[in-house]
Amino acid sequence: MKRITIITGHYGSGKTEFSINYALDLMQQGKKTALVDLDIANVYFRSRERQAFLEEAGIEVHSNIYHSDISADLPAIAPSIRKVLENHTYHTVIDAGGNETGAMILNQFARHFLEEEHDMLYVVNANRPETRTLEGAMYHYHRICDESGLRISGLINNTHMLRETEAADVLKGYQLCHEISEKEGIPLIYSCCTEEILIKLKETDAMPVDFNPYRIRLYMRPSWLDR
Amino acid sequence: MSEKQLMKGNEAFAEAAIRGGCRLYFGYPITPQNEIPEYMSRELDKVGGAFVQAESELAAVNMAYGGALTGKNVFLSSSSPGIALMQEGFSFMASAEIPMVILNVMRGGPGVGGIQPGQADYRQATRGGGNGDYHIPVYGPASIQETVNIIYDAVTLADRYRNPVIILADGMLGQMMEPIILPEARETVTEEEIRIQKPWALLGHQDKKERTVVKSLRLQPDDLENHNNKMHEKYIEMMEELPQYESYRLEDAEVVFVSFGSMSRIVREAMDHLAEQGIKAGMIRPISLWPFPNKAFDEISPKTKMVISAELSIGQMMDDVKCAVCGRFPVELLYRTGGMVPTPLEVVEKTKALLEVTK
Repeated sequence: MKRITIITGHYGSGKTEFSINYALDLMQQGKKTALVDLDIANVYFRSRERQAFLEEAGIEVHSNIYHSDISADLPAIAPSIRKVLENHTYHTVIDAGGNETGAMILNQFARHFLEEEHDMLYVVNANRPETRTLEGAMYHYHRICDESGLRISGLINNTHMLRETEAADVLKGYQLCHEISEKEGIPLIYSCCTEEILIKLKETDAMPVDFNPYRIRLYMRPSWLDR
Repeated sequence: MSEKQLMKGNEAFAEAAIRGGCRLYFGYPITPQNEIPEYMSRELDKVGGAFVQAESELAAVNMAYGGALTGKNVFLSSSSPGIALMQEGFSFMASAEIPMVILNVMRGGPGVGGIQPGQADYRQATRGGGNGDYHIPVYGPASIQETVNIIYDAVTLADRYRNPVIILADGMLGQMMEPIILPEARETVTEEEIRIQKPWALLGHQDKKERTVVKSLRLQPDDLENHNNKMHEKYIEMMEELPQYESYRLEDAEVVFVSFGSMSRIVREAMDHLAEQGIKAGMIRPISLWPFPNKAFDEISPKTKMVISAELSIGQMMDDVKCAVCGRFPVELLYRTGGMVPTPLEVVEKTKALLEVTK
């Protein structure tokens, strides 16, 4: 993967969980890592809520000029973001907001997103009402490309049903991503699964060859929400 | 029934209102419920409905009042400060006997407050924030699925009682995601059906001699008193019919929590932690907040040492809890406010401290 990874998708597709997981992985591989939270659409469940945790893990977090100090829907993007886009020693993960509304903001950083330096990934959850079908998923895919002015270079299958996720869910998402992949000629980079689902898929020999499993942990969801 | 889908609270609430039969929506944007007007602006048109963004909540509530006079089902949503602005309209609707489904995705107050979750509109909703002798049934669901079901049922409930119904969700329920199953969409009601089912609806004079009048103005005191007494009979019926709750592990509970909405889910996890530490805890989860489920409190065992009102407000529900407990047990308060949400472990520690003090 290239130095800058932009994470986009329909809102509620799981961009933030993936971004945090991915940034932590980069860090573990010994890379100097930064996470840029560009979410200006959401007011809850933003990656900067986990700023302290991420910083403790050694990840630089750049977001709003108000950081997480105040909880507001103010599109006040921190100027420090430029540092981790320009400085070639950083591996930077950009957690964009949902839909084309969230992707629009990428436009102003266009000159930093050189072809050889960045990947833009499209996160798909086939259990979300608006991205259940190829038609729905492609609608948001194109809207995000149009508004950001960038090309999507890979897919992340993040199909889940929270704690009720079954192997069949992830496989359904794999199938959908496969169709997008064929249509657009871009690869499926990862299929996200929890440890339990990964074990199930291995045990039942149900994992497709190009499934590219990626073990995901939930960092954003408080345990009591699943009571 | 549709298949299970992963939905954000606000999206699901809007869809539940549409499937329940609401065809008119009037609103003004306010966080944390903005996905609702966004959804309605996109989806209502597809089912022959209408979405209007008003210039303020005050305008929205009066447009909704007017819209409902045509007999169509109307959905109204906002968040705490916006709901405060709408109180006059609620009192007018109750007086004029206008059905309405109202959703308050509560945030921290008072005043403009903040945008994180809260439950501090409890008193306003259950006591009535507008003027006069009136009541509105109030529900405090704890999950997206339960909120969806209550919104769907509220459409027919509001029609049956010819009264508004309020659902108190909070920012957490509006913003979080959950797997849910949406109810079957009800058929769109035709104008002919409205004429038959709702003879009070204002659908034009046609060839009738007498006029249909809907009003809240009654200048003759005896007329107004009669009207209020008639309304009160309706409220008594609601008090008998509507109380709804769930209880958990009340048998042998040393401490009984009373908690609703998001907060009840935190308490549920805290109860497990307490059990691990040898403290038996139970819970009464009111689903209807007005009428308050007083009968639930008869289930509390005489062995219980304490009842704790656990809320995201400073003792607003505790008044109702004290009334329902009737002095049988000491009632204590456990709360966070201003948009702060406790962790389950914080609830455990505070509970242990309260038990320690009364030893």
